[in-house]
Amino acid sequence: MTAALELANVRKSFGKTEIIRDVSLAVPPGERHAIIGPNGAGKSTLFNLISGRFPLSSGTIRLNGADITGRKPFEINRLGLSRSFQITNIFHRLSVFENLRCAVLWSLGYRYSFWHNLNKLADAEDRAEAILKRIGLRRRRNIAAGLLTYAEQRALEIGITIAGDANVILLDEPTAGMSRSETANAVALVRDVTQGKTLVMVEHDMSVVFGLADRISVVVYGEIIACGPPAQIRADPKVKEAYLGTQAGGH
Amino acid sequence: MTFDFFLVQLLNGISYGLLLFMLASGLTLIFSMMGVLNFAHASFYMIGAYFAYQISRWVGFWPALILAPLAVGVLGAVVERFGLRRVHKWGHVPELLFTFGLSYIIVELVQVIWGRAAVPYSVPAELDGPIAWLQRLGLTFPKYRAFMMAVAVLMLVSTWLLLTRTRIGLVIQASLTHPQQVEALGHNVPRVLMGVFGAGCALAGLAGVIGGNAFVTEPGMAGAVGAIVFVVIVFGGMGSLSGAFIASLLLGLVDAFGKTSDASIGGLLRWFGTTVDPQTFGYAVWKLTLAQVAPVLPFLLLVLILIFRPKGLMGTRED
Amino acid sequence: MSEVLRYRPINLGRWVVWGFTALVFLCLPLLLENLFARSLMAQMGIMIIFALSYNMLLGQSGMLSFGHAVYSGLGAYFAIHALTWIARGQFAYPVSLLPLVGGFAGMLFGVVFGYLTTKKAGTPFAMISLGIGEMVFAASLMFPGFFGGEAGISGNRTAGGAFLGIPSLSFGPDIQIYYLIAAWTFASMIAMFALTQTPLGRIANAVRDNPERAEFIGYNTQRVRWLMLILSSFFAGVAGGLSAIYFEIVSAENVSAIRSGGVLLAAFMGGVTFFFGPILGAVVFTIFAVALSEYTKAWQLYLGVFFVLLVMFAPGGLSSLILMNLRVLKFRKFKRLRDPYFGLILSAVALALGCVMLIEMIYHLTLDFALGPQIKLFGFPFNTERPESWVFAVSVLAGGALAFEYARQHFRAVWGEIQVEIEDWIRDNPEDT
Repeated sequence: MTAALELANVRKSFGKTEIIRDVSLAVPPGERHAIIGPNGAGKSTLFNLISGRFPLSSGTIRLNGADITGRKPFEINRLGLSRSFQITNIFHRLSVFENLRCAVLWSLGYRYSFWHNLNKLADAEDRAEAILKRIGLRRRRNIAAGLLTYAEQRALEIGITIAGDANVILLDEPTAGMSRSETANAVALVRDVTQGKTLVMVEHDMSVVFGLADRISVVVYGEIIACGPPAQIRADPKVKEAYLGTQAGGH
Repeated sequence: MTFDFFLVQLLNGISYGLLLFMLASGLTLIFSMMGVLNFAHASFYMIGAYFAYQISRWVGFWPALILAPLAVGVLGAVVERFGLRRVHKWGHVPELLFTFGLSYIIVELVQVIWGRAAVPYSVPAELDGPIAWLQRLGLTFPKYRAFMMAVAVLMLVSTWLLLTRTRIGLVIQASLTHPQQVEALGHNVPRVLMGVFGAGCALAGLAGVIGGNAFVTEPGMAGAVGAIVFVVIVFGGMGSLSGAFIASLLLGLVDAFGKTSDASIGGLLRWFGTTVDPQTFGYAVWKLTLAQVAPVLPFLLLVLILIFRPKGLMGTRED
Repeated sequence: MSEVLRYRPINLGRWVVWGFTALVFLCLPLLLENLFARSLMAQMGIMIIFALSYNMLLGQSGMLSFGHAVYSGLGAYFAIHALTWIARGQFAYPVSLLPLVGGFAGMLFGVVFGYLTTKKAGTPFAMISLGIGEMVFAASLMFPGFFGGEAGISGNRTAGGAFLGIPSLSFGPDIQIYYLIAAWTFASMIAMFALTQTPLGRIANAVRDNPERAEFIGYNTQRVRWLMLILSSFFAGVAGGLSAIYFEIVSAENVSAIRSGGVLLAAFMGGVTFFFGPILGAVVFTIFAVALSEYTKAWQLYLGVFFVLLVMFAPGGLSSLILMNLRVLKFRKFKRLRDPYFGLILSAVALALGCVMLIEMIYHLTLDFALGPQIKLFGFPFNTERPESWVFAVSVLAGGALAFEYARQHFRAVWGEIQVEIEDWIRDNPEDT
C-alpha cells in the first residue's frame, strides 16, 4: 500500500546551517500523525519543505506515490495536499464565507474562469456553507475575516485548509495560543474534519497530541529520534531526555 | 574611436555615474531604513539645484555649495516629520503615494517660483574650462567634471565613515534592520529616521548643486534623472549600497558611450556583409544608432534584470 | 434525498442602481446643452473606463502599476492608424467599433508585457511597470513611422461609412460622440463589474490579500495576476481607442508617465476598495484637469495638494468618506453631525479660499506679470501690487485656519462618540450585521 506521504532522506540547509538532517518518514493513508519536538527542532521547516514553500537540499518527498520534490505549492495542493499555518494566514479583507468559497473553487474545476457568475455557482456555495457549518462560524458568515477573534481565525484557517478536498492535511500548531475550552473545541473540530483523510500535525500541547494521534514522530535538531504509537513514545527514554534534558547540566 | 576619446568618455561616464550614486545611495538608505521608496527623491535633487542657483545669485557659488544642501536637508526633515510620519501608519503603498504626490507638488512649486524655462545656473568661472595639464596631453576634460567627481567621492567617503565609525552611525545601522529593538534600548528612533531622511535628501540636494550647472536646471530635470535612479537601485539590488555603486557606474558608462556612438545593428550587419537598406524588412529598427537608442537603454536593462534576476545584482530582498 | 429549495430574490438594489446610471448617461447631454459641458462629460467617460481598468489591478489584485498608460496609449495608436485606414477606404470597419481595435491592441501588449511583469507583485511589479512605461515612451520617439514623432498621428473621426448594417454616424456633432462614449462607458462598467463577480475576480482578491495562501489553495498567483492584467489592458485599450476617436490625435503623451500618474491619481482619489471609487475619482480628476484648468494655471498644484491630503487623511479615497457617512446615516446618528459638519465645512472653505487667493496671486506674479498686476478672483478684482490684497488673503487664510482647527477638534469628538456607539451596538448585536 503506497504511503499517503513519504519522506526519504530529506535534508535542508540554510547556507551552512543544516536544519533538517536526513529525515525519513512514511505516513499510511488515513493515519493521524503528530510531529513533536523542542523549539527550533525544525518541525515547521519540515512542513514548509513538504508543502513546497522551501526547496529541499536533497532527498525526495512522495505524495500518494507521486514525486512532489521541488514542485510549486499550487501544484502540490492540486495533487491533494493542503496545509494550515502557524501564524494565521487568511484573506483578511474577504468575508468568512468568501474565504471558504475561494478555497473550494479550484477543486470544483472553476479554475481561472471569468465567465461564470460566482453567485450562481450552487456547488461552490453549498460546499462553502457546509464547511462554514462544520467549523461553527455560521454566525460570522459575512464578517471580514480580519475582524474575527483569534480562535475564530484559527477555525477559519482549518476550514480553508480542508475546504479544497485534499486527502492529506497538514496542520501547523492548530491550537497555538488557545485557552483550555477553545483547545477542546479545536480538537473536536480537527477530529471531525479529518475523518477518512490523512492528517499530519505539528503540536506542542501534549494532551492534544496524545488524544488525537495514531502515531507520533519526535524531531530533535532536524532528526527523527523516535517514531511510534503514543504509549511507546511516552515510555521512550530518548524522548524524555530530549524534552527534559539530562539530570546534570541540562537546561 | 581614438584612445583619447575613449578616455574622456570613460571619465564622463564615471563622473555621471558618481552623481547617480549620490542620488542612489540616499534613496537606498531611506528605503533600507524606512521601507519606503521615496518617489520625491529626484525632486529634492531638483530643489538642490534651484536653491544653489538662487543662493549663488545672492552670495556666490561656494557658499551655495554648503548652504543649499543644508536647506534641502532641513526641508526633507520637515517633510518627514509632518508628512511622511503621518502616513506611516497606513502602510507602504500610501507612503509611496505620498512621496509620489509630493513630487508632483514640488515640480509645480518650482515652476511657480522660478518659471517654466531653464534657469541660467552655470559653472563658476574658476572651475570653467578644460583641465590645463590634461589638455597638454591631448585630452579635453572639463575642470568642473573633475570637481564633481571630487565632491562626490568626498561626500560618499565621509558618509561611509559616518555610518561605520561613529556612534550615531552604529545606531543608524542597527535601526536599518531592527528599529524596534533599537528603540527599546532607549534611542529616539523616530528622530533618527527623520535625520536619515533629511540626510538622504541633503545628499540629493548636494548632487543637485553640483549637477544642476553641469547639466541643465529646469523643471523637467527631476523626472529625467528620477527614472534612471530607480533603474540604478533596482538593477543593483534594492537595499544594497554596493550594488547601487556598481549599477550607477555601469549606467553612467552606458550613458556616456551610448550617447556618443553611431553604431547600429544595421552597421553591424553591413560589417558582416549583409545588405541593409531602406527596403529591408525592419529597417526602422536596424538603422537606429546607439545614440538614438540611448534613452531607452537604462529601461531595457531594468526590464532584463527584472526578468532574469529580480533580486538585482547584489540584492538581498525582493520587496 | 429532498430537493433543496433555492430562494434567490432578484437583487433589486443592483437593478435600480444600474438602471439609474443608464438613465443619467442618457439624459445628461439633454440637461446640459453647452458644448463645454458635453466635452467634459465625454472626457469623463473615457477616464472612467481607464480608471476602472486600472483598479482591476490596484484595488482588486493588489498590483500598483506606474505604467498603465502603455496599454491605453498603444491601443490609441492602433485605433488611430485603423481610423486613417478607414478614411482612406482601405479598411471597411465602423468607427463606432474602433474602441475594440484599441482594446485588442492593448490586450496584445498586456499578454506580452504582462508575462514579463507579473512574476512579482508589490514594489518589484511597480518598478518594472515604471521601467516598461519609460521604455515605451522613449521608444515612441524612435519610430516616427508608427508613433508620428513629436507631433503624433492625427485622424478624422467623421470618416467611415456603413458596415454590415451598422449605420454610419458622422460623429461630427458633439452629441453623437457623447453618446458613443457613453455607450462604451456603460458597457465597460457593466463588464468590469461582472468580472468582479467571477471566480477569477474573487481569486484575484484573495491573491491581493494573501498571495502566499492563494498558492496553497491551488492557484498559481502569477497566472492569476497575468490574466487580470490582460483583461485590464483590454479595457485600457478601449479607453485609448475612444480617446483616439474623441481627440483625433495620438502622440507620445498618450504613453507618458504623466498619463500613468494621472490614472493612478484618479483611481486612488476615488478610492480603490470599492467598485464605484474609480468612477468617482475619474469624475473628480477630469473636473480638475479639464474644467479647473480653464480657470487657473495652478490646477496641477491644487490637484497634487488634494491628492496628498487624501493620502494623508483618507487613504480609502472619496468613496470611503461617503460610505463612512452613509454608515452613520444607516445608524440614524447623522443628525448629530450636522452642526459639526457645518462648522467644519465653513471654516475649511475659508481656509481654502485664503490659500487659493494667495496661490493665484503668487502664480500671477511669477507667470503672468506682463499682463499687469490686476487679476480677477471669483469675479472680484485683486491688485497684486497693492498690499491690501495680500493682507486680505492672509487674514482670510489665518482666520480660516484657526476656525478650522477649532471645528476639527469638535467634529472629531462628536464623530468619535458616534463610532464608539456604533461599534458597541455591533458587538452587542452580531447577528444583525
